[in-house]
Amino acid sequence: MSRKRITVAAAVLVLATGCGAADMTKQASPFANAQGAKTVTLSVQSWVGAQANVAVAQYLLEHELGYRVDTVQVDEVPAWDALSQGRVDAILEDWGHPEQEQRYVQDKKTIAAGGDLGVTGHIGWFVPTYFAKKHPDVTNWKNLNKYADLLRTAESGGKGQLLDGSPSYVTNDKALVKNLDLDYQVVFAGSEAAQITQMQQFAKEKKPFLSYWYTPQWLMEKVPMTEVKLPPYEEGCDADPAKVDCAYPVTPLQKYLNADFAKDGGKAAEFLRKFKWTTEDQNQVSLMIAEQKMRPEEAAKKWVDSHESVWKAWLS
Amino acid sequence: MATITAPTSQKAAPPGILTHPATRKLLALAALAAVLVPLAVTQWGGATWPSALTVDVSEPLGKASDWIIDNRDSHPLFLYFFGHVSNVVVIAVRAVYLALLAVGWAGVSAIGALVAWRVAGVRLALGTAAAFLACGLLGMWVPTMQTLALMVVAVLASVVVGALLGLAAGLSDRMDRVLRPVLDTMQVLPAFAYLLPVVLVFGIGVPAAVLATVVYAAPPMARLTSLGLRGADKEVLEAVESLGTTARQRLLTARIPLARKELLLGVNQTIMMALSMAVIASVIGAGGLGDRVYQALASVDVGAALAAGIPIVLLAVVLDRVTGAAGERLGESGRSPVTWLYALVVAAAVALAGRLAGFLDWPDGWEVDIAEPVNRAVDWMTAHLYSGVPVVGGTADWAGHFTSWVLNPLRDGLQWLPWWSVLLIVAALAWLIGTWRTALTAVLAMAAIGVLGVWDPSLDTLSQVLAAVAVTLVVGFATGIAAARSDRFERLLRPVLDVFQTMPQFVYLIPVVALFGVGRAPAVAAAVVYALPAVVRITAQGLRQVDPAALESARSLGATSGQQLRQVQLPLARPALLLAVNQGVVLVLAVVIIGGLVGGGALGYQVVFGLAQGDLATGLVAGAAIVCLGLMLDRVTQPTERRAKKGA
Repeated sequence: MSRKRITVAAAVLVLATGCGAADMTKQASPFANAQGAKTVTLSVQSWVGAQANVAVAQYLLEHELGYRVDTVQVDEVPAWDALSQGRVDAILEDWGHPEQEQRYVQDKKTIAAGGDLGVTGHIGWFVPTYFAKKHPDVTNWKNLNKYADLLRTAESGGKGQLLDGSPSYVTNDKALVKNLDLDYQVVFAGSEAAQITQMQQFAKEKKPFLSYWYTPQWLMEKVPMTEVKLPPYEEGCDADPAKVDCAYPVTPLQKYLNADFAKDGGKAAEFLRKFKWTTEDQNQVSLMIAEQKMRPEEAAKKWVDSHESVWKAWLS
Repeated sequence: MATITAPTSQKAAPPGILTHPATRKLLALAALAAVLVPLAVTQWGGATWPSALTVDVSEPLGKASDWIIDNRDSHPLFLYFFGHVSNVVVIAVRAVYLALLAVGWAGVSAIGALVAWRVAGVRLALGTAAAFLACGLLGMWVPTMQTLALMVVAVLASVVVGALLGLAAGLSDRMDRVLRPVLDTMQVLPAFAYLLPVVLVFGIGVPAAVLATVVYAAPPMARLTSLGLRGADKEVLEAVESLGTTARQRLLTARIPLARKELLLGVNQTIMMALSMAVIASVIGAGGLGDRVYQALASVDVGAALAAGIPIVLLAVVLDRVTGAAGERLGESGRSPVTWLYALVVAAAVALAGRLAGFLDWPDGWEVDIAEPVNRAVDWMTAHLYSGVPVVGGTADWAGHFTSWVLNPLRDGLQWLPWWSVLLIVAALAWLIGTWRTALTAVLAMAAIGVLGVWDPSLDTLSQVLAAVAVTLVVGFATGIAAARSDRFERLLRPVLDVFQTMPQFVYLIPVVALFGVGRAPAVAAAVVYALPAVVRITAQGLRQVDPAALESARSLGATSGQQLRQVQLPLARPALLLAVNQGVVLVLAVVIIGGLVGGGALGYQVVFGLAQGDLATGLVAGAAIVCLGLMLDRVTQPTERRAKKGA
């Protein structure tokens, strides 16, 4: 290729693209606003509670406010990033990410807080209730080592198995096992779907298991579980990830909106800010989706039809 | 460093040794080891990789990640380069998507069918129309169009990039030498390893998904373009040259037309690779069908995942057959532009009619819910097979035994081996089956894993790969032999293989967990399911291509059918069997990594963790280790013949 042609090609390239700066943090999804519809993009996290929030919000946005709603499944931390870039407009359920909050809400101001979701989240270690009934003292961490033998699996080798879920979840379990001197091996299921499937299989056979789990979660209704007491949570006891030796805190779940969307999002932004419901409400929808295998929009419709007084307040 | 001295001195070995049998190679290696191993042991003893030889990259990577996030909206590199790249992708995908929506479902189906009719005949045209309608019936029309829009842009970009690279490699020997190892390597990389770096620069979303797809799908196009240009008939070229044409004229009028077959095969391969990436890219926000699969899995809903997975399979099968048929029909005469015109007019008419009749969005009433029956079937299967099956035991018991009797000893054994002996074994295997070059690459790749500080998890992954490959080969060879010996069996098998080859791996992760529990066993099972079709196919093909004359003569000598198989067919099909091993290993690795999502642990988990937590240090190091592992496994199983054939 001659030098002249390279120059021409370069010039064309510059002309075609270089008309100015292109800030990709301000680019929306190509699937948004198709055919002139107003679109809201919601981030769905991988757990069903989050799907329930999104399903109901989506149903109301579409049927009451006339929006078109796109949903994208993103893990928690990348979702913050996507939110800050405007790739999604809102996260409806966040379990507390102080580092990201500092970076995007305080420093860069690209994300705005959206208020409480109304649901309180709690992470802990759980055993199935049928197992706890048979061995009541398993519910205190001090006695866990006694049961390590019972909880052994092929994966955990010679130790008891502590089943952990998705890598995206907040967990201190490895440090906890070490610092509390427990004879357990943390086995990562790698995704919540895999973890739930495994727990259901165990429950079907009434086998004992010990798992990292959280509330609110629809599986609790299907497989009743009892929490294992860990040393109580105190402010700051989980400051150093390697030295954690206490239980997980109780987290009021939060909503976050993209800053621009919060400003210019009109009715949709207003609605999402007011969106607030209870743990029972969320669980009802989650159960319909995950256990009765209803489609999210059907589940949302069923809930919306019977809880008018709740959601009317969000629209006012 | 002791690790690289071993292979470098192999380089100094006189070339005469290479022509001698395997024993000479082993002797040379043994002599080398006798000198180097004591040195290494006295310096760095112990079984795992010595910590003195690792480099901690987590801090610089963490800093790089922070820098990118802080400067993404202000630094010129992002504003004037990546920003525009991302912008162009978004605009292009959006344009295609809006066009598809504007044409409506009737129009898209009609256009697809007519194009298939013109390039591939009536049967495939009907198949194409049926496939599109099935996507609509499953209630997946809009996601299918989103995926299609993304695929169109990604495939076009891959074809252009690949063709340009291939052109460069095909015309210049120096470019070829530079590009070939890079392309070879990219071909064996698991898709999962690409995601994190792309996400970091472009953020979650369609641009990142498209670019990751292009990186994954462009290499086959480049390789085949270069192959086609280089393979052109020398005599034709000389004849053209004697006519006094310029180099450019020769390229345009002779070399490129002569390479048409390879170019079309390249397009075909690119499309298949891009589609297989469609689901994996949903982890980084590709949207469309992949995202539906991914979301369905979150609620453990195999049925819904299948409903979104089937359109992907249908698209893949249709596109594969149509482009394949186009390649076979090349050169046939009778393709007149007039019929194309008719086809175009009909398509436009259908699209217009659909538009006027309001048939743009797929009508809601026309959807079939397959999720429920599928879920019931899966539930029944897992309920009855999981455990307590008389005599053979349940699948959970098998998984348990497999883990404690195969996977655990294998992993512990590999981790117990001193690190230098692992390198030696790798060197010996790679050298025996290949050349000193492949051995050198393999050893260097393995050493790089140690240097990155992920020796133990990599050996864990390796143990899963080995176990899965062993199972795949036993089952695959047996099935392949059966398919080669019975036409009817092969006909029955073909659609099954097609489906399993294109079915997104995510779809069968959940049934696999339901059957085998959480852990490494389900990861291995998923890998076997994924790699099996390719192994079966290559084995059957290789056996069938054995010279019929050789078989005939064996038969006339009174050999039984078992003897024919053992003494004639299998030895003669050896190259194909070796290729099957190589392909099996590469495919198994790709899925064992995805097995991180179902408790496979090791490198797969670290990549998933890195993606989920935006933790570049963990994710990228694990990704690099996967790359090295893939490279090592490919080189160790790469037959010399394949390499020699590819050589210019």
